[in-house]
Amino acid sequence: MKPMPITEADLQGYVDGLLPEERLEEVSAYLESNPEEAERLRTYRHQNQALHLLFDPVLDEPVPTRLSARPSSNRELLRRYAAIFIVAVFAGAGGWYLHGAAQSSSVTWIASVAGSVTRVDAPLMMARRAAVAHAVYTPDPRRPVEVGADQEEALVRWLSKRIGADVRAPKLAPLGYELIGGRLLPGQSGPVAQFMYHDGAGQRLTLYVSTDQVQNKDTGFRFAQEGTVNVFYWIDGKFGYALSGSIDRGELARIANTVYEQLDKPAK
Amino acid sequence: MSDESHLLACLPRLRRYARALVGDRAGADDLVQDTMERAWQKLSSWRKGSDMRPWLFSIMHNLHIDQRRKPVIPTVALDDEDALAAPAHAPDRLVAYDLESALRLLAAEQREILLLVVLEEMTYEEVAATLGIPIGTVMSRLSRARERLRTLVEGRPQHSPLKVVK
Repeated sequence: MKPMPITEADLQGYVDGLLPEERLEEVSAYLESNPEEAERLRTYRHQNQALHLLFDPVLDEPVPTRLSARPSSNRELLRRYAAIFIVAVFAGAGGWYLHGAAQSSSVTWIASVAGSVTRVDAPLMMARRAAVAHAVYTPDPRRPVEVGADQEEALVRWLSKRIGADVRAPKLAPLGYELIGGRLLPGQSGPVAQFMYHDGAGQRLTLYVSTDQVQNKDTGFRFAQEGTVNVFYWIDGKFGYALSGSIDRGELARIANTVYEQLDKPAK
Repeated sequence: MSDESHLLACLPRLRRYARALVGDRAGADDLVQDTMERAWQKLSSWRKGSDMRPWLFSIMHNLHIDQRRKPVIPTVALDDEDALAAPAHAPDRLVAYDLESALRLLAAEQREILLLVVLEEMTYEEVAATLGIPIGTVMSRLSRARERLRTLVEGRPQHSPLKVVK
């Protein structure tokens, strides 16, 4: 029987050692009379070896725990990330530097335990807006808020109505921060709420609440720094939260945890 | 072996493949992490007794396609020594290093097939099933990938600083 003509697929199969024995003999015979083809396939085999040389060492690297940990649910994920996060912050471990191509200032990332930096641009933009709003409104000694804490109920009702979802002002008094009041601000695609707090020394914190995060996946706590303003932010369903303050990261993280826990519970 | 340990056992191979596919360590591990998250969610949809690799690698393939469609904020991991340190000058790495630059220049569709065949040592049928494309497409892309790599490495000068070998 006349042998089948040798095809390119046969030659590829020869390179990868995937030919059945009799076909292998036919291809070998063909290559003996076609030195140029034989040379080409030799190069391909060298490519195979070189690729293994180059990437097989990855197999022996220790696998980062963020890859081998099993997430059981979004909630648990968020809590765990928060915990890891705080540890990372205190240990000063892990640094990301984010170059915003079109941005004038830079944002320093202290950890990226929650996933890909390349996917987080929308939440990060929210954090930046929150930091800017913090910097704009907190220094105002006379009128930092539109509606004061003495009318908290009216404030919450008004903000909820305007941003189209029930929002609450977390109680941070146990941590030493009292509500000053709140205001409505323009967000990326609609109104957002800003609550402002201060402690006995006049140090101010703001909580920025947006409801236009539908396109974003839930995130763990993330941290960004904009000038002197530290921001913890996270996405929970359609809500995006950003807690900003010019205080120590560890303390801000503790407050962010409290805020998260309170907002996580259904309203009374 | 339980499904879970099966999945974890695939991790080193997923990382190797992702590193070769994406290039930088942080980006590759992000892709692996996304793949694992999806895999844990969908673990019940994996048919027991079947090979887990095609299932897992197809998850990664789909995520990588999604990622390629999105604009990327360029990032540099400060603690990633690879990003800052010069590549090792071990002589046996020189050929491979040139190949690595050339690999970056391949179309992603060609690169993924080459890597599944070479690193994962999948058969062409397995690659076709993993990527959900006809086997003829696998063969033609594989052939083009190899030839392009050859011309890149041998032909015109590469932009690699390690071109000079003495």
